[in-house]
Amino acid sequence: MSAATPSQTAGPYWHLIDFPEWADLLREDGPNAGLAGERILLTGRVTDGDGAPCPDVMVELWQAGPDGEYGGAFHGFGRCATDAEGRFRFVTLRPGPVRGRGNAVQAPHVTLSLFARGLLRQLVTRLYFAGEPLNETDPVLSAAEPERRATLIAQPAGGGEWRLDIRLQGEGETVFLEV
Amino acid sequence: MSDPAGYRLPAPGTQPPYDAPDYGSTRRRHPTRPLLRVPHTPTEVSAPRMDPARYPPHADLSKLEGREGLGERIIVAGRVLDEEGRPVRGAMVEVWQANAAGRYHHPGDTHDAPLDPNFRGQGRVFADAEGRYRFTTIRPGAYPWRNHHNAWRPVHIHFSLFGAGFAQRLITQMYFPGDPLLPLDPIFNSIPDPAARQRLVARFDLDVTEPEWALGYRFDIVLRGREATPMEDAA
Repeated sequence: MSAATPSQTAGPYWHLIDFPEWADLLREDGPNAGLAGERILLTGRVTDGDGAPCPDVMVELWQAGPDGEYGGAFHGFGRCATDAEGRFRFVTLRPGPVRGRGNAVQAPHVTLSLFARGLLRQLVTRLYFAGEPLNETDPVLSAAEPERRATLIAQPAGGGEWRLDIRLQGEGETVFLEV
Repeated sequence: MSDPAGYRLPAPGTQPPYDAPDYGSTRRRHPTRPLLRVPHTPTEVSAPRMDPARYPPHADLSKLEGREGLGERIIVAGRVLDEEGRPVRGAMVEVWQANAAGRYHHPGDTHDAPLDPNFRGQGRVFADAEGRYRFTTIRPGAYPWRNHHNAWRPVHIHFSLFGAGFAQRLITQMYFPGDPLLPLDPIFNSIPDPAARQRLVARFDLDVTEPEWALGYRFDIVLRGREATPMEDAA
């Protein structure tokens, strides 16, 4: 048995593996074209410990389909480069509730991973949806400190858009997960 | 249905910290609050199926539209395994790198070194049933990066890997043996355990080398393994 290979930063030039169309999981020629579900936009802004935008982050998305399954028809993977203002934007379908450990049910959520210059390992967090009744009993939300829970919950911004900003450090620091 | 077996946490010292004072960019980007430990659920143990039909392979970076890039042609080959030594079949491996002069095909790279119109520096391959992958490229050059006085990155190729579980997702860098910049590099040396660090250094391999064609380097990658199967699954 040998230990896992160490992680290293993606650095500032990872855009060589940026394929902007991957941020649209519902793209016409993509793996989810024509699948039924509630179309949503997930947007947000990544900022650092000074509150400055992070314009060079690779954000990856991983989520279940509307049926709550990861291995089903829905291909729940996306990648998006943050822009000059640190903003990301995904087009996807709203996921369903996902099975948890034991008999628990996890509230609908999307996993976001951040890779960037200055991150020697990825940072992982989750995006939940405000107003979702299952949030009250979700194991991860329940484990987060109550005063920081809001950093995991996207708010509706109209027209199917859900917004969640990500703060890497300092006041309002996002709850990041050890997975 | 029983709970899925989760992935093991890394052995102490084998992964870099978020806060690495010698690497300046970590200063305002590392979280200051402890990470929240999440017991693994289908969210963490599942992963996207990266189908080569949708993510077309590109295994020869050494030329662009048939025209040869400049520099020393090399072959990089290895296996993608888990911590139990089992092949991670179908793992998608993305790579990107600077050209032979140490310049990235990227608008953000302002290093005063020539771009090569016949070298882009991006590739994608898939591990086979034994976990083997292989690509051909040009040996990249070192480049300066302003982290500290006279800072130069050792020669490296960036690797991005998708395993069978989301918790196995890995981005790393492959280095070259004998590079005099390695002992000076804060990114390489951010990994506390020297033995773990050395696993990022490829080794020259005459068996990968092709006569009259290209030198070969071997770089094996190990993704996280799973914890013991939960008791309720035991026979």
